[in-house]
Amino acid sequence: MSELIRLTAAELAEKIHSREVSAVEAAQAHLDRIAAVDGRVHAFLHIGSEAALASAERVDAALARGAAPASPLAGVPLALKDVFTTSDMPTTCGSKILEGWQPPYDATVTERLRAAGVTVLGKTNMDEFAMGSSTEHSAYGVTRNPWDTTRVPGGSGGGSAAALAAYEAPLAIGTDTGGSIRQPAAFTGTVGVKPTYGGVSRYGLVACASSLDQAGPCARTVLDAALLHEVIAGHDPRDSTSIDRPVPDVVAAARSGARGDLSGLRVGVVRELGGEGYQPGVRAAYEASLRLLEKLGAEMVEVSCPHFEYGLAAYYLILPSEVSSNLARFDAMRYGLRAAEGRSAEEVMANTREQGFGAEAKRRIMLGTYALSSGYYDAYYGQAQKVRTLISRDFAKAFEQADVLVSPTTPTVPFPIGDKVDDPLAMYLNDLATIPTNLAGVTGMSVPSGLADGLPVGLQVMAPALGEAVMYRVGAAFEAARDADEGGPLIARVPEVSA
Amino acid sequence: MTAAVELVDFDDVVARFDPVMGIEVHVELSTTTKMFCGCPTGFGAEPNTQVCPVCLGLPGALPVVNRAAVESAIRIGLALNCEIAPWGRFARKNYFYPDMPKNFQTSQYDEPIATDGFLDLTLDDGEVVRIGIERAHMEEDTGKSLHVGGADGRIHGADHSLLDYNRAGVPLIEIVTKMIPDTGARAPEVARAYVTALRDLMKSLGVSDVRMDQGSMRADVNLSLSPRGSGLLGTRTETKNVNSLRSVERAVRHEMSRQAAVLDAGGEIVQETRHFDEQTGHTRAGRRKETSEDYRYFPEPDLVPIAPSSEWIEQLRGTLPELPWERRRRIQAEWGVSDEEIRDLVNAGALDLVEATVAAGAPSQEARSWWVSYLAQQANAREIEPADLPITPEQVARVIELVSAGELTNKLARQVVDGVLAGEGSPDEVVAARGLKVVSDEGELVAAVDAALAEQPDVVEKIRGGKVQAAGAIVGAVMKATRGQADAKRVRELVIERCAPVSG
Repeated sequence: MSELIRLTAAELAEKIHSREVSAVEAAQAHLDRIAAVDGRVHAFLHIGSEAALASAERVDAALARGAAPASPLAGVPLALKDVFTTSDMPTTCGSKILEGWQPPYDATVTERLRAAGVTVLGKTNMDEFAMGSSTEHSAYGVTRNPWDTTRVPGGSGGGSAAALAAYEAPLAIGTDTGGSIRQPAAFTGTVGVKPTYGGVSRYGLVACASSLDQAGPCARTVLDAALLHEVIAGHDPRDSTSIDRPVPDVVAAARSGARGDLSGLRVGVVRELGGEGYQPGVRAAYEASLRLLEKLGAEMVEVSCPHFEYGLAAYYLILPSEVSSNLARFDAMRYGLRAAEGRSAEEVMANTREQGFGAEAKRRIMLGTYALSSGYYDAYYGQAQKVRTLISRDFAKAFEQADVLVSPTTPTVPFPIGDKVDDPLAMYLNDLATIPTNLAGVTGMSVPSGLADGLPVGLQVMAPALGEAVMYRVGAAFEAARDADEGGPLIARVPEVSA
Repeated sequence: MTAAVELVDFDDVVARFDPVMGIEVHVELSTTTKMFCGCPTGFGAEPNTQVCPVCLGLPGALPVVNRAAVESAIRIGLALNCEIAPWGRFARKNYFYPDMPKNFQTSQYDEPIATDGFLDLTLDDGEVVRIGIERAHMEEDTGKSLHVGGADGRIHGADHSLLDYNRAGVPLIEIVTKMIPDTGARAPEVARAYVTALRDLMKSLGVSDVRMDQGSMRADVNLSLSPRGSGLLGTRTETKNVNSLRSVERAVRHEMSRQAAVLDAGGEIVQETRHFDEQTGHTRAGRRKETSEDYRYFPEPDLVPIAPSSEWIEQLRGTLPELPWERRRRIQAEWGVSDEEIRDLVNAGALDLVEATVAAGAPSQEARSWWVSYLAQQANAREIEPADLPITPEQVARVIELVSAGELTNKLARQVVDGVLAGEGSPDEVVAARGLKVVSDEGELVAAVDAALAEQPDVVEKIRGGKVQAAGAIVGAVMKATRGQADAKRVRELVIERCAPVSG
């Protein structure tokens, strides 16, 4: 196995830019790794070897000409969640209804990655249309957690997280609607960031729930996440909800955080997410994390966010409502699957949707249709929006008392494949701690915080809208201190995947 | 299907029922790009050539609001005396239809850009009726389906359908009236006058080409009858997509007679959409609305709210042109014409043309006379609008100038106009090419008169005998000989002059 795949993105970039290693070698090493282990992990739905190598060649050629790298990550391989449109690869969103669909256009994120010279290796597996917490709701089969291949990698971005943990790619892109970047990061011992809502363009990101969806970076270190964040973030005139303000300097923040001093910083411990009802091992790791932050000089304050307990309920009304509308376009008329049978346009649509959507997608379409229907709108959707406002206010008050907030990322360690697939409510509980940030549009990250029962758990760090700098600083400081305490990064302890 | 009923005579309907109307008009804005993307909006392009991921509703594509469309909407709202909302959102109207790319229409629901205005109509007899405007809101148009293989072009019976998304995403404004009660026998006229006034307004604002024949302006007419004086609101029907001014009037008239017939027969009006048939002048049942459709409206999460500042609104108010009714009043005063005359000009579609002709230097009297008589006839014969005749107001003004300078007679002037219409060039070019000039050389005229007199000695006798009216025959002969290019009045004088010495 090539040692190139063990490098962080920052390290690999340095070797490529100094021409010690070529981008093509880096790409090939990862393609080889994918060929070796993905049969077992199933992180990828599509591998674009030719395009990846061609892109890497262009980077090498430019460097050979003496040109400066197009970005600090030029030539570094990346795995892209299959929810972004790509004009040279299919985009299926893990759904049968889009099987084989090759979009005629690139998402803004895809464009920015290309412009930065990042090598897109392929598209990663996900819960259908980003709905799920285990990547078991993909129409193309489950993704396995490299830490224990009988367990889930989390969801919906399980493919992206697993690709990192299995060393198939040093970088990945995910989307986070209620925790789909952070929860898989926690489950795989990697770093995942949900930027501020509107911080990364949604143009070309196939919508799950428009008001909650946020694309973000996935990596094995906080610095790598910051470098990737910088590549994809920033205003996009094609997305009207995109923020037209400068992107916080997350790379500088990550570098300064890594020096490990958090004195003068107030860290808010969210009482309502304090580990009550969490798995004992998760709780223990969290308590250790709090002690570590204190050791770094942070001032620990307890904050209360009393409406967080309604977050899950509000989320499961707002999300399905938007889903029911966003998924209406998959109707067999213009692209994707078309059912052969049907005597009328309506029947063809209905039959296609019956065949093309999986159980979870159908469940949420039904829920949302009901929640939006006249007579129920005020009781459900309207009420949920009020809860959303209250949660935003909770955050605003908490951020008056603290610079960042912390909680465990998930209540449990990765669960066995099949364990919760027939119990949607149990599955939904996994996103309990991550959902409030999506409802309020603030930013959050998950950093590896240790092992419980031999499986990874994560610490969630949350900051106000556009407060990414302080969040990255805390994440990097915590990561550095934890690595020092434990004698190396957690991810180094992931077992070798056997094919 | 509703059973065929004997229509009730219109006078009888209004003797016993009060019609209550509501009119919704959709206007396609003539912005250069679509409501939520940069695709062009031109009419008549090859199918599916003016589309992109956004207006095709492709997965991942996102809308961005067209500022020019919002400006048009605000200007329309201001011209209709509406309040402009300081903050509002788009909503999604969810329903499935093959020609709707996202299966929801991005529209405005409970937060329209303009509300609570009015429009004053002047009817043919000068009566002014105020129509309340409930709201004007922005939305996007859908694509178009073409059903192939069936007998009547409808989806039922077709063996396949073609979809053209060029129109999908074209900005629309929907203008909704408040309930229009108490119009009685004038309901059809009021409906037509309202749609006409809106059309003129949109034209003067320059926000739409308002071509009803091309669907860029469509009217839906809601109508119910209530027993005279009862104050009870009847069940209404909605006649959809009426696409000419005349049809609006006919649809209202027919629906009143039909509903009265159903009620007289002891039946109930079914709340449904109806289609107007241009051929028969009747409406026929469309989709039944037993339960109101549930569109599951909710605020469009892909768009940020629209919050026009008061400065922006005032700046747009400053861009309002002289509105059609203000302009009509001004012109009436300037030209000193009656209500009736100005209405005839408007109805003939000639007001702009006359005004332009006057602006080119012609007296209003002559300009009106040309456009409402000879040129209107020419347009009529060609089945086009006067504005589409291949002659400009400036050319008409030049013809009028030549007549008043005595260089053309009215008859010659018509020949000059015919030449221009035939593409022979400008009036002066036609005059030159056809040699159409009044023969003003006295000697030439005298020679022609003498020649004619010599040919008809019997007429000369009559004139000399005192029958001066017999001169007409000589004048006619001279005009014929000069191919109409002589001044008939002068010829007549000469005839009498040349015949005079004998009787004296």
